[in-house]
This record gives sequence, structure tokens and C-alpha cells, in this order.
Amino acid sequence: MLPVLNIGPLALQTPGLMLLLALWLGLSLAEKTCHRHGLSADRLYSLVFIVILAAGLGARLFYALNNAEAFLASPLGLFSLNPDMLDPFGGFAAGLISALVMGRRYRIHFWPTLDALTPLFMLLTLGIATAHIASGSAFGMETSLPWPFSIQLWGAARHPTQFYELLAASIIYGLLYRKLADSPAPAGTLFLTFSALVAGSQLFILGLRGDSTLLPGGLRLEQIVAWLALAAIFWAYDKLVKAAK
Amino acid sequence: MRCTRPSGKIPSNTVQRIINTITINNYRGKVQISQLKMRRITHLVLLLAGLGWIWASAAPAGATTSGKIPAPQVGFLAPDFSLTTLDGRSVTLSDLRGQVVLVNIWATWCPPCRAEMPAIEATYRAYQNQGFVVLAVNATSQDKQADIQPFMDEFGLSFPVPLDIDGAVTRAYHVSSLPTSFFIGRDGIIRDMLIGGPMAEAQLRARIQKLLAEKP
Repeated sequence: MLPVLNIGPLALQTPGLMLLLALWLGLSLAEKTCHRHGLSADRLYSLVFIVILAAGLGARLFYALNNAEAFLASPLGLFSLNPDMLDPFGGFAAGLISALVMGRRYRIHFWPTLDALTPLFMLLTLGIATAHIASGSAFGMETSLPWPFSIQLWGAARHPTQFYELLAASIIYGLLYRKLADSPAPAGTLFLTFSALVAGSQLFILGLRGDSTLLPGGLRLEQIVAWLALAAIFWAYDKLVKAAK
Repeated sequence: MRCTRPSGKIPSNTVQRIINTITINNYRGKVQISQLKMRRITHLVLLLAGLGWIWASAAPAGATTSGKIPAPQVGFLAPDFSLTTLDGRSVTLSDLRGQVVLVNIWATWCPPCRAEMPAIEATYRAYQNQGFVVLAVNATSQDKQADIQPFMDEFGLSFPVPLDIDGAVTRAYHVSSLPTSFFIGRDGIIRDMLIGGPMAEAQLRARIQKLLAEKP
């Protein structure tokens, strides 16, 4: 685990660095293939930039609304550059709304755009896995299995879930890399295939995590969410293929 | 669609073509139906396997951290320590169980540590009567002890400053960058950690309010 990389007087937050690197590489890859999905590189960049900006603003606003008393006592905190004061739900909602508004305004088609953005999503899953390895978060539960199915972390031998995550993301990348060169027929199937692979792999890995939100009977909330996502993806895939035929 | 009256004899090759088309379409239809069925069956099998895995991987008692193991990570018990403060008193982290504790590890030479001290002081003053404690652990093994009191006076700091003279706390908390802050709940479990800084006052207030609102 290497949460901070010290280079001279600079202390770089490795997880954030990994995510930024993944974003940059993902955008570069998406830029090369986006024309196959009827999206220009300029449009792709403006879409991603606006969505990230809106997500950032939404995340900070939702965080401030949730902690109104604290921000009323110290309103300048609203403009702090600290990335820890963000609300994930607010960020997701604002990002989604901005994407939908942009889509309507510039007549961007939903499924081809998601296909065009799939290389970015693929790289981001690799970036998230690497960020988890760097920070030591998303750790596994204790196990008596031998190495390499266990690693010493946080005072115990644990399932190396962060490495499983990296392995799954790499396999998904390998499986779909060749498909990036083709225009998927029908549009949307590339994105849905990627989503199904991610949801399926997460469904498996989440079962080995040591930081799950537990429901009665020891069931893991995150796994149930992944299963529901997988079911929704299968349903959408079926609809898409049927409509195309 | 327009209907035309058949005129004369239909050429045999046309009939054959029609028969061929119907056969091919039927064949295609069958293939399409079977592909659709196959895909649905596969999806169903995968979803059932997923449900099976959810049931099989249900966490047994003690499978998750449950805050029993001391480790410098969110969800774990905060590693205990006993240190002497700048004014010569002894402080033990586990003695503060039942209160919300901010362990802030810092040094006088570190610019973000200097930048966030006024916010920590303001938050401490605002919530100390509600059970909020600040342990501003000075990384003395990487600092000059003589510089600490002038630093305290400069910012008018009123919270205790334990001295980590041999670096034991810095090592136990895997501190790789200064400042590093740990927010510890009333149960002694780390609820949040921040590597680097400076923290904003609103951020501190938001986290402390949330932890203070939890029942002891």
C-alpha cells in the first residue's frame, strides 16, 4: 500500500493520481474510437468536461446541504479545494442531469455515446482498482487460505480483493479491447456487455470483502445492488437486441 | 400494399424462389428464437448463480472487521497509545473512550499543518463541551521540540499536544505524509481519515457534528 508518494517536498496522493491517469488514458483511447459511434472527439471532450464539472459542483452543494449547520458557521468552506467534502450521490445526480441536458441540446444519441465512452469506463475500472491497492481500502475479509489467495493487511491475513479487482478489470479490458475497433450492432451492446462483466465480477468480489454493509443474515448490501444491476443490464440487452431485430 | 389479379401461369422458378424464401425465413426465425431463448436461459442461469453466491458468501460472525483489530484504517479500532503532552501530563487514547477524538499528527515545519491549526482550534472551542477532544500529536522525532511552544503561542492553541518523541505513534498509524488526521468515534473506531491538508473548518465541523450525534 502506498497512499502517498513523496517526491522531494511534494506529497502526491497516489489514489487520486491513479484516477487522474486512468481518466487521461481513457479519454485518449475513447478519442481514437469515438468516430465509429458517430461522435466527434471535440463533442466527446466537451461532454466529459461538462459532466465532471457538474458532478463536482453537485457533489459539493449536496455535501454543504447535508451539513448546512457546519457551512453556515464557516461558509468559506464551500470554496475549499479539499476533495473530501463531496457527496457521491449529489455528484452522480448532477452528472447524470448535465449529461441528459447536453444530450438533448446537442442531439447526442444515448446508446452510441455510451459505446463511445466505454473505453474511458474500462480504463476507469483499472484506475479504481489501482487506487484501492494504493490506499488499502476495499480490503478483503480474513482468510486462512495460503498466498496468493491471502495477503497480510490491516493486522490479519485477508483475501486480496483489491488485486482480484485489478485482475477482473484487466480481463474485461482484454476481452473487449478488440471489440472497440468495431461498430457494435445494435448500438449500446458494447457498453452493456462491459457493464454486465463489471457487475458480474463485482458480485463475486464483493462476497469476499471485509468492509461490507451487512444486512440481517449476514447478506451484503453491495452484492444485492450488484445483482440488481446485472439483472437490469440483462433486461436492457434483451430489449435492445429485440428492438434491433 | 396493393393486390393485383394473377395473370396467366406463374413461372416455376418464381414458385421455387417463394418456397425458398419462406423456408429460409422460417429457418432464420427458428434460429432467432432459439438464440433469444438461449440468451435468456444463460441470463437466468447467471442470475441464479449470482443469488447462490450471495447466499453462500453471506458474512459469518466476525468476518468483517467489526472494529476489533487495531489498525490505522477506517472501520478498525484506533491503535492505542500513551504519550506525554507538552505541559507534562500523560494522555492515553483508550481512556478517552466515550468521547469523539480527533488525532491530528503534525509538525511545526509543515505548511498545511500550520494552515489547518486555526480551523482545528475553532472547532475544538465550539464542541469541547459536547465531548469532543483533540489530540494534536506532534511528530517530535521529525521536529524540534523547542519550536512547539512558540508555534502554540502563535496560533493560540488550547488543546493538548502529546509528543511522539520516538516516532512510535507515527509508525503505528502508518503516517507517510503530514498532516494526517483520524476521526475516532465514541466506540474507539476510526470513522474517517485524511492524509494531507489543510482541512477546512466546515469539513471539521461537519464530521465532528456527525460523530457527536451518535449515541454513546
